[in-house]
Amino acid sequence: MTKSSTTTIDRHLVHEVTSPQAFEGLRMTGRKVRAPEKTLAVVDHNVPTSDRSKGIEEQESRIQVETIAKNAAEFGIEYYSERDKRQGVVHVIGPEQGFTLPGTTIVCGDSHTSTHGAFGALAHGIGTSEVEHVLATQTLIQQKAKNMLVQVNGTLQGGVTAKDIALAIIGEIGTAGGTGSVIEYAGSAIEALSMEGRMTVCNMSIEGGARAGLIAPDAKTFAYLEGRPKAPKGAHWDSAVKYWETLKSDPGAHFDRVVTLDANNLPPIVSWGTSPEDVVSVLGSVPDPSLIADEVKRDSKTRALAYMGLTPGTKMTDIELDVVWIGSCTNGRIEDLRAAAKVLEGKTISSRLDYAMVVPGSGLVKEQAEAEGLDKIFINAGFLWREPGCSMCLGMNPDQLKPGQRCASTSNRNFEGRQGFKGRTHLVSPAMAAAAALAGKFVDIRTVG
Amino acid sequence: MQPFKTLTSTPAPMKVMNVDTDMIIPKQFLKTIKRTGLGVALFSEMRYDEQGKENPDFVLNKPAYRKSEILIAGDNFGCGSSREHAPWALLDFGIRCVISTSFADIFYNNCFKNGILPITVSPEDLDKLFDDADRGSNATLTVDLEAQEIRGPDGGTVKFEIDPFRKKCLMEGLDDIGLTMAKAPKIVNYETTSKIERPWL
Repeated sequence: MTKSSTTTIDRHLVHEVTSPQAFEGLRMTGRKVRAPEKTLAVVDHNVPTSDRSKGIEEQESRIQVETIAKNAAEFGIEYYSERDKRQGVVHVIGPEQGFTLPGTTIVCGDSHTSTHGAFGALAHGIGTSEVEHVLATQTLIQQKAKNMLVQVNGTLQGGVTAKDIALAIIGEIGTAGGTGSVIEYAGSAIEALSMEGRMTVCNMSIEGGARAGLIAPDAKTFAYLEGRPKAPKGAHWDSAVKYWETLKSDPGAHFDRVVTLDANNLPPIVSWGTSPEDVVSVLGSVPDPSLIADEVKRDSKTRALAYMGLTPGTKMTDIELDVVWIGSCTNGRIEDLRAAAKVLEGKTISSRLDYAMVVPGSGLVKEQAEAEGLDKIFINAGFLWREPGCSMCLGMNPDQLKPGQRCASTSNRNFEGRQGFKGRTHLVSPAMAAAAALAGKFVDIRTVG
Repeated sequence: MQPFKTLTSTPAPMKVMNVDTDMIIPKQFLKTIKRTGLGVALFSEMRYDEQGKENPDFVLNKPAYRKSEILIAGDNFGCGSSREHAPWALLDFGIRCVISTSFADIFYNNCFKNGILPITVSPEDLDKLFDDADRGSNATLTVDLEAQEIRGPDGGTVKFEIDPFRKKCLMEGLDDIGLTMAKAPKIVNYETTSKIERPWL
C-alpha cells in the first residue's frame, strides 16, 4: 500500500450537486475558503434546458441552485449562474475560460474532472467531504497512483472519432481496468486529435476506472489556451509556456501497464449493455452472455441484456431508436456540434423518433454554434435546440428518458436508469448519433455520404 | 465520524459486478442539500417496483439481510460518479463495511470519510465469503480492523490490507480537515515557493 500524502490543489471547480454539504460543513466548523481565487463555481446538473426566464419549476432543483448561489456569495467565490452566458457543464467551462492549465492539479466534486487532463493537468473527481477539505485547506490527502500508458497509433478513418477511441479503450481494459491508475494517452492518433477530441478521450478515463487521464501538452494546447480570459498574459504567458513545454514523460519512462490500440482499423463503436465496457463495432452484434464462464459476470451481462431489451445475435444496425441526444461534458463542445451538423445538413430525422435533442456544453458553445448557423441545421433537421447544461446525460433536470425508450446518446454512461428510470442508453459519437437520428437506427457513419 | 473498530453482522450477498453509484443512489435523490436520510433510497431502483413496493427478491429485502451491516458484492463496486450520496445512503441504511474484489477509487475514498470500511479481497476469498453469506442469519462475519482480518462463522479468517493513515482515521473517527489544518505552516511554505516558481497561477 502506498502512503498517504498531502497535495496542494491549484484549481477547484464547484457545482451545485456535490457542494451544499461541503459549504454546510464549513459553516458548522467556522472555517473559511482558503483560496477563493483558485475556485470557480457553476450551476449545470439541475438547470432546465428550456426557456429559463421563468426560473426553475422543480422545487428541489431550485433549492440546490439557489444554495450554490448563496454559498458562492457568502464565501467569495466567482459563480456563473444559469443566466450567465459563460455558464455550462463544469468541464466545458473550465478549459473555455482558461481556468484549466497545464501542470496544475485540478479537482471537482464530479468524476468527469478527468476531462481537464487533456491539457496535461492532473485532474480528478472527488467526493463532497474532499470538496470541503479542498475548500478549507486548498489541499487533498492523496495516495500515489500507478502509471498506465495507452498508446494509440495510426490514422482514424473518416467518421471515426475520439469517442470511438475512448469506447474502444474501455472495451479493451474494462471498467475496472484503470483502477488506482492515471492513464497517459499518447501516440500519433492522440497527437492528431484536436483539444476537443483530447478532452473527450480524457473525459472517459473514469469509465475505464482510472483516477485520471492526461495528455502531454503541445503547441495545440497552447494555441487553444492563448487569449482565454483566465489564461496567463504577457510575460507570465511566456514563462508559463516555457514550463509547460517540459511537461512530458521521459523517453523510456516506466509504466505499470501499457495498452496499445490501432487507430487505422478502429470502427465506429456502439455500446449494447449497461456498462461502458459493453461495446461492439457498429458492424457487430449483441453478444451472447451464456458463453461467459464466470457465474457473476454471466449473470450481470444477462441482466444487462434483459434491461436493454435486446437478444443475443441482433445486429447493431438493426436496433431501432426512440430518442437521440447530443451533448454532455464528453461531447458537448463546438467540434462535436459541427461533426453532428455536418451529417445532418439538408436532411431530416427519422419519423420513428419520439424526438432528438442537442444541448450545447456551454452558453459560449451555443453562441459560437449559432454564429456558424449550426442551430439552423439542427432545427431544420428536426432537432430540439436547447440551453446549456448536463441535461439528459444524467437526467437531474426534466430532460429524461421514459421507461423503455431507447436512446443513442453522446454521453458517457449507459448505467441502468442513468438517463431516466428504465431508459435504455447506447453510447456513440456525435457523428454516429446524427446518422442514427436520420435513419432511426444505427448506421455505419463511414458509409454515410 | 463514528469510529470503526470491530463489526459483527450477517453479511448480505449482492452477486452483481460493476455495481455503479447510479444503482446505489439514483439521481433523483441527489437534489438534497443534507447528508442524512438517504437510507430509504439505497438501491432504490432494484429495491422497489414502479409502485414503490418492495421487490422481495432483492437481497436487502430478504428477512435475513434487512439489518445487515456488511455488504458483499461483485467486482468493481461503486464505479461511476463521485457522488458521496452513495456512502451516505449505505451508512444511513446501516451498512458500515463493504467487501469486494475491487472498488472504484472515488467511492473507496468516500467510504473512509464516512466511517465505512471498504475491504478488498481476492476472488477466491470473495467466493468463500459469498458462501458464508448465502447461509443467511445462520452465519455472521466479524470484521476486525485492528487485526485487519475478517473472521468467518467456521473459524476461517481472511486477512486484508489498508493504508495505515486511513486505518488510524477510521479507528479513531478523526476529522482529516483538522489534521491537515494543523499542517498550515507547511502549506504556507509551499504556497510561497510556488508563487515564485509559477507566478501565472
